[in-house]
Amino acid sequence: VAELPPEQRGAVGRAANEARRELEQAIEQREQELSAHELQARLAEDRVDVTLPADPLPQNGRLHLITQTRREIEDVFIGLGFNVAEGPEVETVYYNFDALNHARTHPARLLTDTFYVKPTEDILDPNAVLLRVHTSPMQVRAMEGEPPPMYIIVPGRVYRPDSDATHTPQFHQIEGLAVDTDITLGDLQGTLLAFARAIFGEEREVRMRPHFFPFTEPSVEVDVSCFNCNQGITADGRRCPLCKGTAWIEILGAGMVDPNVFEYVREYGYDAEKVQGFAFGMGIERIAMLKHGVPDLRVLYDNDVRFLEQF
Amino acid sequence: MRVPLEWLHEYCAPPLDAAAVAERLAMTGTEVERIEPHGVTALENFVVGKVLAANKHPNADRLSVCIVDIGDGDPSQIVCGAPNVAAGQTVAVAKPGAVMPDGSILKQAKLRGVHSNGMILAEDELAIGTEHAGIMVLSEDGLQPGMPLRNVLPISTDVLVLEITPNRPDCLGIYGVAREVHAATGAALSPPPWAQAPGSPGDLDEFKLTVECPDLCPRFTARIFDDVQIKPSPPWLKARLMAAGQRPISNVVDITNYVMLLTAQPLHAFDLDRIAGAQLTVRRARQGEQVDTLDGQTRTLDEDMVLIADAEGPTSIAGVMGGARSEVQADTHRVLMEVANWNGPNIHRTSLKLGLRSEASTRFEKQLQPEQALEAQAVATQLMIELCDARVREGTIDAGGPGPPPKTIRLRDAKINMLLGAPVPRERSREILEALEFTTIDAADGLDVQPPAFRRADITREADVIEEVARLDGLDKLPATLPSRHGASGRLTARQRLRRRAADALVAQGLHEIVGWSFVGPELPQRLRLNPEPPAVELENPMSIEQSRLRTTLLGSLLDLARHNLAHGTGTLRLFEAGAVYLPTAEGPLPREPHHIAALLIGPVRPATWRDPAPGAADFFAAKGVLQGLLDALRTPWDVQVAAEPFLHPGRAARILIEGSAVGWLGEIHPLVAAAWEIGQTVAAFELDLDAVAVPPTPLYEDVTSFPEVREDLAVVVPDTVAAAQVLEVVRKSGAPLLASAEVFDVYRNPDSLGEGNVSLAVRLVYRAPDRTLTDDEVAAQRGAIAAALAGELGGRVRAS
Repeated sequence: VAELPPEQRGAVGRAANEARRELEQAIEQREQELSAHELQARLAEDRVDVTLPADPLPQNGRLHLITQTRREIEDVFIGLGFNVAEGPEVETVYYNFDALNHARTHPARLLTDTFYVKPTEDILDPNAVLLRVHTSPMQVRAMEGEPPPMYIIVPGRVYRPDSDATHTPQFHQIEGLAVDTDITLGDLQGTLLAFARAIFGEEREVRMRPHFFPFTEPSVEVDVSCFNCNQGITADGRRCPLCKGTAWIEILGAGMVDPNVFEYVREYGYDAEKVQGFAFGMGIERIAMLKHGVPDLRVLYDNDVRFLEQF
Repeated sequence: MRVPLEWLHEYCAPPLDAAAVAERLAMTGTEVERIEPHGVTALENFVVGKVLAANKHPNADRLSVCIVDIGDGDPSQIVCGAPNVAAGQTVAVAKPGAVMPDGSILKQAKLRGVHSNGMILAEDELAIGTEHAGIMVLSEDGLQPGMPLRNVLPISTDVLVLEITPNRPDCLGIYGVAREVHAATGAALSPPPWAQAPGSPGDLDEFKLTVECPDLCPRFTARIFDDVQIKPSPPWLKARLMAAGQRPISNVVDITNYVMLLTAQPLHAFDLDRIAGAQLTVRRARQGEQVDTLDGQTRTLDEDMVLIADAEGPTSIAGVMGGARSEVQADTHRVLMEVANWNGPNIHRTSLKLGLRSEASTRFEKQLQPEQALEAQAVATQLMIELCDARVREGTIDAGGPGPPPKTIRLRDAKINMLLGAPVPRERSREILEALEFTTIDAADGLDVQPPAFRRADITREADVIEEVARLDGLDKLPATLPSRHGASGRLTARQRLRRRAADALVAQGLHEIVGWSFVGPELPQRLRLNPEPPAVELENPMSIEQSRLRTTLLGSLLDLARHNLAHGTGTLRLFEAGAVYLPTAEGPLPREPHHIAALLIGPVRPATWRDPAPGAADFFAAKGVLQGLLDALRTPWDVQVAAEPFLHPGRAARILIEGSAVGWLGEIHPLVAAAWEIGQTVAAFELDLDAVAVPPTPLYEDVTSFPEVREDLAVVVPDTVAAAQVLEVVRKSGAPLLASAEVFDVYRNPDSLGEGNVSLAVRLVYRAPDRTLTDDEVAAQRGAIAAALAGELGGRVRAS
C-alpha cells in the first residue's frame, strides 16, 4: 500500500483491511466449526454405557446396633436434662451389692450369678472384686462425687454368668438416677413415658407393675404397650409373638431410691428425709432387639458384617 | 412357687379364672411366670365306676377283662392290666375321649383281640400320685357309679407358677399367697389352717432339748406323737403335693412337705426311737465335725454351722437337711415333730459353703419369723392325728418363743403424696393395710401402723408401708409427670463427645464397628507372641477357660471377628472396636480401664469395580491413613516412630506418639500371628488409647483467604537412613515463619542418579503470610533457609527442579 500513489492508498487500504477482516472471520468461523466438530467427535467417543454400575466414593461404615441404640437412648435423656456418667466395670462387692442394700443372702451374690475376680476368698467381703452385674454401682459412686440435685444416666457393659438365646455373659445396661427434693413415682412414670415414646413411637403408653429390688422402694417393673399388635392380636389376626398376646412388653426395672441407699451417702448431702429420687435400669440389647426385631441376642455378638450392615 | 388353684381356693376363691387371678397378682406385685394346667382335661370323661366282674383275658395272663358300671345304663367292658383289680371295687374310670395329663386322648381300643372301652385308672395316670403298680381303689362312702370323678378327687387344676421376690418369704406358702389374693381381689379369706389347734402348750418332760446358740436358733418347737401308723397319704393330699411339684412318699413325710407348702415353714420329723438318749442339742458344730445327711452324703461342718445332735452325736444340719440316722421309716411308731426358726444369713452361708440347697434352706435363708413355727406345728398336729391315727402328747417344747412385737411405723398422708406424686385418702390406706393384716391407729398426720409378725423383717420403714399402699391402690392411678429439675441441665461431657467423634470418624472412612467380648482365654498372649505375658484380670468362676480373663488389648476380639467374617465369606474387612481394656495396677484392687479404639483392615482398600477390578490390598499405609482420618477429626497433632511389637511385622510397625508420649501402635500384623487366626492375608491395624488424646482446644480463626499462597515443590536427596518425618521436621522448623505446610508427595530411589543409599523425597511446600502477598524474593529467602538446614542437619541436598 505504501508504494501506491497516495490517492489510491485509502481505497486499497480499506479494501485490504476488509479482505483481511473477512479472511480472519472465515478462519475463525472455520476454526469454530472444526472445534465444534472435534468436540462433537470427542464427546461421541466419550460415550459410556450408562447402565454399567456406579463407581461410588468410599461408603460409610456402620456403628454397631448396640452403639446406635445407646446413643439414641442417651440423646433422649440428655434432652430430658440428664447427664451421662460412666463407671468401672470391674467393681467391689461394696458398690455392686452392699451399698445397694442387697441382703447378704441375696442370691445374686452367688458364684452362679456373679463373676468374681481372683483372688476372692469370701464373696461377702466388701472389698472383694467382681465384674459388675448392673450399672447401678455408679449410683453410689455418682452420689459420693456430687451433691444433689443429681440427674444422670449410666450406660455401660455389665456381666452375668448366663448364656442362651436371651442371655449373654456380657451385655449393656443404661442406669438412670434422679435425686432431688421432690422427685415422685409419678415423675418416674412421666420420664419413662417420654423415653418410650421417643424410642418406640408417639402412640406408646407405659405401665408400672409393683416388684421388688433391693435398692428401690417402692419398686416397679415397667411395661411399654406393644407396637406390633392391637391388644395382643396382630393385623393378620394371630396372637402377637412379640408381647405373647398380652399387649405389653416388659422393658425395665425401676423404683424410688431406697432410704438405705441414701444412708450410705448421707455424708455427701443425701439425707433420706430431705431428698428422694428414682432409679431405673434397662438392657440396651433388649431395647435394640425389640425395636429392630432381632430374634436372638447372640447375633449382636457374632458381629457378622452382613448383620452389621443392616442398621 | 407352684400354687394349684384347687388348693388356693380352699382359702381364697375370687370369682375369677386363672388368667384373671394372675393378672391381679401381677399388677399388685406378685410376678406370675406362667399358668400351667395340671392333671387331666375333658373332665366329663372321668367318672366313678364299680367293677361288676373281673375275668381273665383269654389271650393274656396279666390282663383282666372287666365289666364296669359307669352309671350310664350299659356297663362298659374295660381291659385292665393291674394285678389288684377285682369285682366289687369302686374305681376311677376314664372313658374314650378323656385327655390324659400328657395331652394324649384316650380311644376305644382292642387289646389282644378284646375290645376295651376306657381305662381303670392308677394314681400316676391322673398325675395325682406316683403309684403305678395297681389301680386306685376308692372308698365307697357315698360314691355312685357315673359320678363325675372331679367331685371325688382333685384330678384337674390350673397351677400358678409364681416368682416370689426375696422380701416375701411369707408367700412361699399357699396360705400366704391366699392372703395376697385376698388383698388384691377383695375375695374373702378363710381363717388360717392353724386356727384349729389341737395339741397343748406346756412342758414335755419326757424329752430334753438344749439350745446352746439362741442367736442362730431364735425358736425351736417340738411335739411328740405316739401310735403313728406309717402308710400312704390319702389321694387328696397326694394330688395337692403332685400339683405343687412334690412326690408323695408316706404320710408322715408327706405331712411335713404339705405343711411347708401350705405355711411356708419347713418341718422335720424324727423317729423318736432313733434319737439317742431322748435328747436333742442345738449347737454350733465343731470344726470338721461330720454328719450323714438324708441324701446319703457325709458332710463336713465348720464352727459357724449349726447342727442338731442327740446323745450319740450329730443327727441333722439345722435348717438345711436332716440326718440319715434318725429319719422316719416304715417301722416308725413314735415321731418327734421339729419346727424351728433359724437365722437366715447363717443358713444361707451354711448352704453356700456345703453346696447344699434344699426346700427348707431356701425358705429359712430368707428369714422366716418365729411365730410361723407354732402355726406349722398346729397344722401338722391336725394332720398327724387325722392321717396317721397318731396321738399327740400333752405339752410342746418351745425354746425361744415368739419374736418381739413388730415395729410401729408412722405413715404420713403428706409423705404418701410426696413420694408417689398423688394423694391416697387415709381411709383407703387403712383399708389396704388392714386387708394385709396390719393394725392401724389414727395419728395426727396419718396412721400409726404395725405390720403382722410374718412381715416383721420386710416392713420396717415408712417407704415400705407406702409401697404396700401404692401397689394395692393401683400404680395405674399415678400421674405421668416430669421432674421439676430445679435448673439442672443435661449434656455430654467434652470427653464423651470426643469418643463419639472418634467412632464417627472411623465410620465415615467406611469402617464397621464391632462389639467384642471383654473376656479372653489364657492362650491369647501366646498367640500374640507376647512374652512376658502382660498381667491380666483373672476370674474365679469363668463360664469357660476361653472366657477366664479380661482383655488387655482390643486386637484379640478384632482378629476373632475377622476370622469369623472371613470364614463366612466376607473378603474385605474394615472393622473397629471402641471400649475398655482392663489393666491391673499396683495401686489398688481395681484395674485401670482405659478406653481404647482399634481398627483392622483386610483386603482391597476400595471395593473392586468394573473400572478397577483389583484395587490394592490394605497395608501399613492404609491403616495409617485411617488413623490419620481419625486423629485429624479429633484435631490432634500426632506422629509415629519405628517400633517393635511382637505381634507386628518387624519392618512395618510403628508407635503412635502424641506430644511425644506413646499412645498406641500401628502396623501390619505379624504373619505368624495372623496364621494363629488362620488368616493368610495382610492384616493392617492400629490401636490407640483414646483417653490419652486430649480434648482439643477451641480452634481460633486464621486469615487464610485474603492473600494468595505460594506453592512450590522441592526434591531433597537424603541418606536412606533418614526418615521422612525427620526431613519434614527440619523443613517445617526452618521454613518458619512463612511456610504454612509441607507434605511428602513422592519418593524416588535411583542409585545411578542419586548415588547408592540415597533417596529423593519430593516435598510440596506452601508459603503464606497473613498480612500481605509474598514476593518472589521473600519465598526464595525462605527456600534458601530450608535448603541450608537440610544440608546442615541431615546432609541433604536439594535437587534442581
